[in-house]
Amino acid sequence: MSEQVLAALEHVSLRLNQRDILHDISLEVHSSKVLTLIGPNGAGKSSLLKVLLGLEKPTSGKVWRKPQLKIGYVPQKFQLEPLMPLTVERFVCLGNNNKTQVPEALKAVGIEHLQQASLQGLSGGEMQRVLLARAVLNQPELLVLDEPGQGVDVAGLSELYQLLATLKSTYGYGVVLVSHDLHLVMAATDQVLCLNTHVCCSGKPEMVTSHPEYLKLFGLPNVGQGLAVYTHHHDHHHNLMGNIIQDSCKGHHHG
Amino acid sequence: MDDFMLRALIAGMAVVTVTGVLGVFLLWRRMAYFGDALSHSALLGVALGILLGVQEYWLVLAVCIVVALIMTAVQRKPELSNDTILGILGHGGLALGLIALHFSTQTGGRSLETYLFGDILLLQTNDVYFALGLSAVVLSVVWYFWQSLLLMTAHTELAQAEGLNTERLSLIYMLLIALVIAIAMRVVGIFLLTSLLIIPAATARRLARTPEQMVLIAVLVGLFALILGLASSWWLDTPTGPSIVVAAVLGFGLVQLLPQR
Repeated sequence: MSEQVLAALEHVSLRLNQRDILHDISLEVHSSKVLTLIGPNGAGKSSLLKVLLGLEKPTSGKVWRKPQLKIGYVPQKFQLEPLMPLTVERFVCLGNNNKTQVPEALKAVGIEHLQQASLQGLSGGEMQRVLLARAVLNQPELLVLDEPGQGVDVAGLSELYQLLATLKSTYGYGVVLVSHDLHLVMAATDQVLCLNTHVCCSGKPEMVTSHPEYLKLFGLPNVGQGLAVYTHHHDHHHNLMGNIIQDSCKGHHHG
Repeated sequence: MDDFMLRALIAGMAVVTVTGVLGVFLLWRRMAYFGDALSHSALLGVALGILLGVQEYWLVLAVCIVVALIMTAVQRKPELSNDTILGILGHGGLALGLIALHFSTQTGGRSLETYLFGDILLLQTNDVYFALGLSAVVLSVVWYFWQSLLLMTAHTELAQAEGLNTERLSLIYMLLIALVIAIAMRVVGIFLLTSLLIIPAATARRLARTPEQMVLIAVLVGLFALILGLASSWWLDTPTGPSIVVAAVLGFGLVQLLPQR
């Protein structure tokens, strides 16, 4: 599968209510590649996704998306209007009318038994699968997930990341996902981007197998199956005011 | 049946059909207050129509559209909460309308009560055609955008990310509500108008398993309320508009007695 740039940000900054949310961010999203965004709360991860998706206009900088790019989006907290009666099946094919392919899509994410269930009664993890099924059904070129790990335990997260990896290799789409955990990212991640308003660092996650001490530290079961540990290599740190302090060792740049 | 009763029935059926359909969305999108504000400001349109000697429907429509556009524009810069903005616009329009109407009734216009509580029994043949025509427009637009409207209502950002122009669709929806207000104002009046949007939809929620069922049931509840209200007005001589609303509330109450599914 030939690799292709699906979307790109060039020197994007976003200011909302006199606050810098994003500062001078450039990145590229490729097909068949996984890009993971990590960063502390309020680092602008969700805002960056919104800019990428075109839901928010940047204050400055350029956003480019491949013309007619088909995006599958799995939003962070899916609060479905509780007064709207919808079954899983109906919701998954809402707006695309691929009703015949619904069972297949539900099966691909492992929730075929929920086809006729009401959306209102689903757990957080089930709802996430439903959204994923919807995204898969639309046959996107780019899959965007905002904190899919939220409300899911480590075993569930590992399972979810494996599922994403399988889907990615089956359909070949690019994946951008936000991880709320600074250290646990998807093993199949090609690039990790650590965000704190600006891009702190980016690079490949080190293979979990080479960091057995990390495993011991976290004491995670089955951690090798879907998760990887990303070790941060910042060339600076932040003081309490959030200002950037350059570290003395400058020969160690990543990304 | 007398002619005026037949006209009331036909126009009323057109009205409760569109209020049922759009009311369901109003309920899902939690915009009841929006309907209220728009219908209140409709009185300004009535007053202007009388002052200018123009058929008031068109000015009601114009005022509702302008208010809907202002609301959309203001909502993009959320300095105040939505219901506050709606309250300011709705009551501002209502107050202006009352002032304008005060001067127009002195010159022999219809009484204020007609507009506040409706006059379905006084409808002329033209009014019936107007109701039927506008209802047909509203229903066709909803039919055309059905899937998109559902998706936007279920999750706006998801719809946006998938390439739906939700701002345009929101605007279309608001304009439809403006149309409905222009049609429905004569039936129950501006004070009770929101009830025709909200009560049938709220009644249907308990019975429906799909969005389509909910719309259908809301329309049926509206028809039930209309017929019961007209009957009560015919035999018991109750005021028609309020009777229709009371019948709708009665229907809502009856459905609450059913066991939850």
